[in-house]
Amino acid sequence: MHRFANPTTFMRIANAVFPWAAGLAVVLFLAGLPIALVTSPPDYQQGDTVRLFYIHVPSAWISLLVYGSMAVSSAAFLIWRHPMANVSARAIAPMGATFTGLALITGMLWGQPMWGTFWVWDARLTSFLLLFFLYLGYIALADAFEDPERGDKAAAILAVVGSVNLPIIHFSVEWWNTLHQPSIVKMGGFTVDGSILLPLFLMLGAFTCYTVAVWVLRLRAELLAVKLRNARMSEVSLSRMPAE
Amino acid sequence: MDAVTKVLEMGGYAMWVWPAYGAVAVGLIGLLLITLRSLKAREREFAAVRRNRPPAPGDAA
Repeated sequence: MHRFANPTTFMRIANAVFPWAAGLAVVLFLAGLPIALVTSPPDYQQGDTVRLFYIHVPSAWISLLVYGSMAVSSAAFLIWRHPMANVSARAIAPMGATFTGLALITGMLWGQPMWGTFWVWDARLTSFLLLFFLYLGYIALADAFEDPERGDKAAAILAVVGSVNLPIIHFSVEWWNTLHQPSIVKMGGFTVDGSILLPLFLMLGAFTCYTVAVWVLRLRAELLAVKLRNARMSEVSLSRMPAE
Repeated sequence: MDAVTKVLEMGGYAMWVWPAYGAVAVGLIGLLLITLRSLKAREREFAAVRRNRPPAPGDAA
């Protein structure tokens, strides 16, 4: 794992993955959207609102996946001081916030017609709202200090501590009474029909590939920001040197 | 034409389904555009910094 801590190695792999992820994201969106919106059948109970499933579940899935990656990167940064781990976490945090926001918005637009309310303060929805605030907290903390290293460290600690929320989100639909439907994945198979699984998996794939592709672009931008900071700091220290 | 209307109506749930897909489209395209803009801006900034000083050993990485 430590091999990947080298920015050159890391970016070589990331750049090699980029065209595949970007291309696959386009293909999967083009394949998935017409099925999700047009050809897949309406649900016998939920009617056409079942189409919200194909964007709500992928958004929520990416929110959790991104947080997991951010927490692992932050732990690696705190334990081994790998700067690349920190760059990775900083690059991906705004993406996680975006997807969490989208999961909340699509969930609310689904909740109103199906439950009769946009929002209930039950365990699943509240823990997901907390996830959104954790992302915002990370982004705010990372840039809150004049010394960037202090900000990085504080944000990384928040990311690691906040990871306790991930199992709470996952199990909330089983531990507590909720309006939210339980997981469709059960031991030994799925609890929904194949006509729903196909668009779901296409959209899950599309969202995942999109996330990987945009993450690589954000990694490049974040690395340049670090280089710029270093270049400016060396300029400042040069200008402070006494003239010979 | 009927088929198009049928899709647009979403079985009476158009006011929930379409705004949700719209929000996702805005979020995903917006995030991509913001990312590309900041990447381009930093590339320009970095190129300018490099022009103004001799290259350091770490720049190649």
